[in-house]
Amino acid sequence: MAVDQEKLLQFLLRQGDNTLILGHRVSEWCGHSPILEEDIALANTALDLIGQTQMWLGYAADVQGEGKSADDLAFLRDAWDFRNVLLTELPNGDFGRTLLRQFLFDAFQSVLMGRLMKSSDETVAAIAAKASKEVAYHVERSADTVVGLGDGTEESHARMQEALNYLWPYVGEFFASDDVDAAMAEAGIAPDPASLREEYDALVGKVLADATLTIPASKYAHKGGRTGYMHTEHLGHLLTSMQWLQRAYPGCEW
Amino acid sequence: MTQPSVKQVWEWLETIPDPEIPVITLVDLGIIRNVEFHGETCVVSVTPTYSGCPATSMINMDIETKLRDCGLDHIELKQQLSPAWTTDWMSDKARTALEKYGIAPPQPAGGPQRCPHCGGTHLEKLSQFGSTPCKAQWRCQDCLEPFEYFKCI
Ligand SMILES: [Zn+2]
Repeated sequence: MAVDQEKLLQFLLRQGDNTLILGHRVSEWCGHSPILEEDIALANTALDLIGQTQMWLGYAADVQGEGKSADDLAFLRDAWDFRNVLLTELPNGDFGRTLLRQFLFDAFQSVLMGRLMKSSDETVAAIAAKASKEVAYHVERSADTVVGLGDGTEESHARMQEALNYLWPYVGEFFASDDVDAAMAEAGIAPDPASLREEYDALVGKVLADATLTIPASKYAHKGGRTGYMHTEHLGHLLTSMQWLQRAYPGCEW
Repeated sequence: MTQPSVKQVWEWLETIPDPEIPVITLVDLGIIRNVEFHGETCVVSVTPTYSGCPATSMINMDIETKLRDCGLDHIELKQQLSPAWTTDWMSDKARTALEKYGIAPPQPAGGPQRCPHCGGTHLEKLSQFGSTPCKAQWRCQDCLEPFEYFKCI
């Protein structure tokens, strides 16, 4: 039986919106990083994420079948149409919080892309195979930086612990499965995200322990991004900046 | 004009330099995966190095311009994602050219083999990311010069 195309579309939007929104957030650092090497690293990470977005949203547009492009989906949808997890839309905060958010996301991507490479959907498998190579570099760097700053000076450690306390309640949403995930799992397109939690916790737990950071005890998880039920107030502000040009000059190309 | 052979098209493509690293060609880089004719249309399959590589659209334009200059009117460029590009596809000629140009070629070990300036082997990584997505920044502790390393993916 062919998979429900509307559910496949939702799954693809979740992938593409995660990389799009985080890619945009990371790009906000361009020209503002503490040192040149980090500026370049952040810009390159943002580029990879936007590149992955083109593949995910390009496929989403094909599945949708309304003749739209990846750009249409990125620039002409409103906040309630986005399906990214809330973590990706949170403001950057300081450099440490940005890198910790990146690590929490990269770790999830590294687990997920490994599984998606074996997807029954050839295009999903091809995109994941391409993305996984980039994710491997991202997670190596973000993990290194988290350890360096967490296990660094008193000041950097305190900031990283504060960042972790702020970000951790947004991690649970990665694993909050629903009927879209169930349909993807049944069709062999993607694993049930809940099944990835153990591997994720092992990877993240090790790095955060090396970073001498303490994972908050509360299991509370903010949700509503990947279902589109309720985004944070930050997404609308991000979109006004990201979509400004296409809104002001519809159809503009160069 | 009569339709050129696929071999002829490959020969034309072999003259197109990479827009970022002009000492190697697109064919040497291994990103042109296939050339074939569908009727009158010449279909060229290209795979991106990194998914967000800004040179991708430039590369497509360079291919189209070259083939038009050679007299082809019907050209279609196809993006091929799978199998994903790997630095293993880079030709030996390209590896030598890169090193001469001052960029250490990719190594399976994950780091440069030697300094492209002095051949020194005491090397340190400055950053996993460089001026383009495909390069990392390294420094030679023998001659103290920084250099770029083409990352292995
Ligand atoms: Zn040297």
